[in-house]
Amino acid sequence: MKSLSRWLYTAIIFFIIWIALVGTIRWDELVTGAAVSIILAIFTAHIFTTEGLSNLSPKKVICGIIYFFPYLIWQMIKANLDVAYRVIHPKRPINPGIVKVKTKMHSDLAKTIVANSITLTPGTFTLDVRGDEMYIHWIDVKSQDVEEASEMIPGVFEKCLMKFMD
Amino acid sequence: MPYEIYGLTVYVYVGLIMLGVLFSLVRFVAGPSAPDRVVATDILTTITTVVLVVLALFFKRQIYLDVALVYAVLAFTAVVAIARFLEGGL
Amino acid sequence: MIQKTIGEVFLIIGGIFMFLASLGLLRMPDVYNRMQTSTKAVTLGAMSSILGVGIIHPAWLPKCILIMLFILFTNPVSAHAIGRAAYRTGVKLWKGSVCDKYGSCMEDEDE
Repeated sequence: MKSLSRWLYTAIIFFIIWIALVGTIRWDELVTGAAVSIILAIFTAHIFTTEGLSNLSPKKVICGIIYFFPYLIWQMIKANLDVAYRVIHPKRPINPGIVKVKTKMHSDLAKTIVANSITLTPGTFTLDVRGDEMYIHWIDVKSQDVEEASEMIPGVFEKCLMKFMD
Repeated sequence: MPYEIYGLTVYVYVGLIMLGVLFSLVRFVAGPSAPDRVVATDILTTITTVVLVVLALFFKRQIYLDVALVYAVLAFTAVVAIARFLEGGL
Repeated sequence: MIQKTIGEVFLIIGGIFMFLASLGLLRMPDVYNRMQTSTKAVTLGAMSSILGVGIIHPAWLPKCILIMLFILFTNPVSAHAIGRAAYRTGVKLWKGSVCDKYGSCMEDEDE
């Protein structure tokens, strides 16, 4: 049952990518796309996902697009103004270091989203993820304590993600 | 010709892009370690993707967008492969 | 006309951010700080430029959004791969760095 769900999820994602790449909706193209994505899904489902169809529940997709995506774009714009300030300033006001934080997310997909969001937001980027620990390079270290840093770096996204993921 | 871009916008944009490519190339040549050069390559590939998209607008050929998409996919694969190779386990 | 102006404003903003990314690549002291400035700025710069093209020529907007999403998803992944490779190959942090929690974790693993 679990493997069927994983296989179906992979095939659906591949089919969506196919439609987006082809760009037109015609009978022959849809049939070819369905055949190709089903065959590819047989070989790649065990690498592609561990969760299966539960990733595609309407609540997650809709909340992700409506809540999380605009928030991420807003954080990226703030990050870029911050970067611009640090690059242009003649004295280079940086205070870098690598800190360790803990994430509260459990599933692999949620961890990936949190890690990628951290990379795109103000002054931080993810070096490594091991279990629920993340090692983060921070351009302006404000706290070396694990708890405080966890509150300041992944905490902002987790508050937003907790509402519909996990 | 409602979709043409011309005039000041093109000059300013091309100037900014060329300065960006120049700085990345300086870092690519001067970078003291291999990861520096890989970072410069990463930036250059992203800028190349954008230049392909802008060229599609400039020459009014939609096929350049597909070229840009394929280029982005291949560049991402190449950069990750080089990074994994540097790390020691391909 | 107004649509073209908006598109050109997005194009110019994207160009400025890509220029700043390269400037950061040139000015920052070590690999990690260079990545810090360059990956973020170049991601937003590329997305803004491509959105500008999509606004000027609305028929291409779906494909432009596809390229934007692709850049948004893949750039952090390649940055993460390069960062970890840099640390594993022994590139030192800048001498002004405050702390390094990752090194102790690597030593634990080696023993």
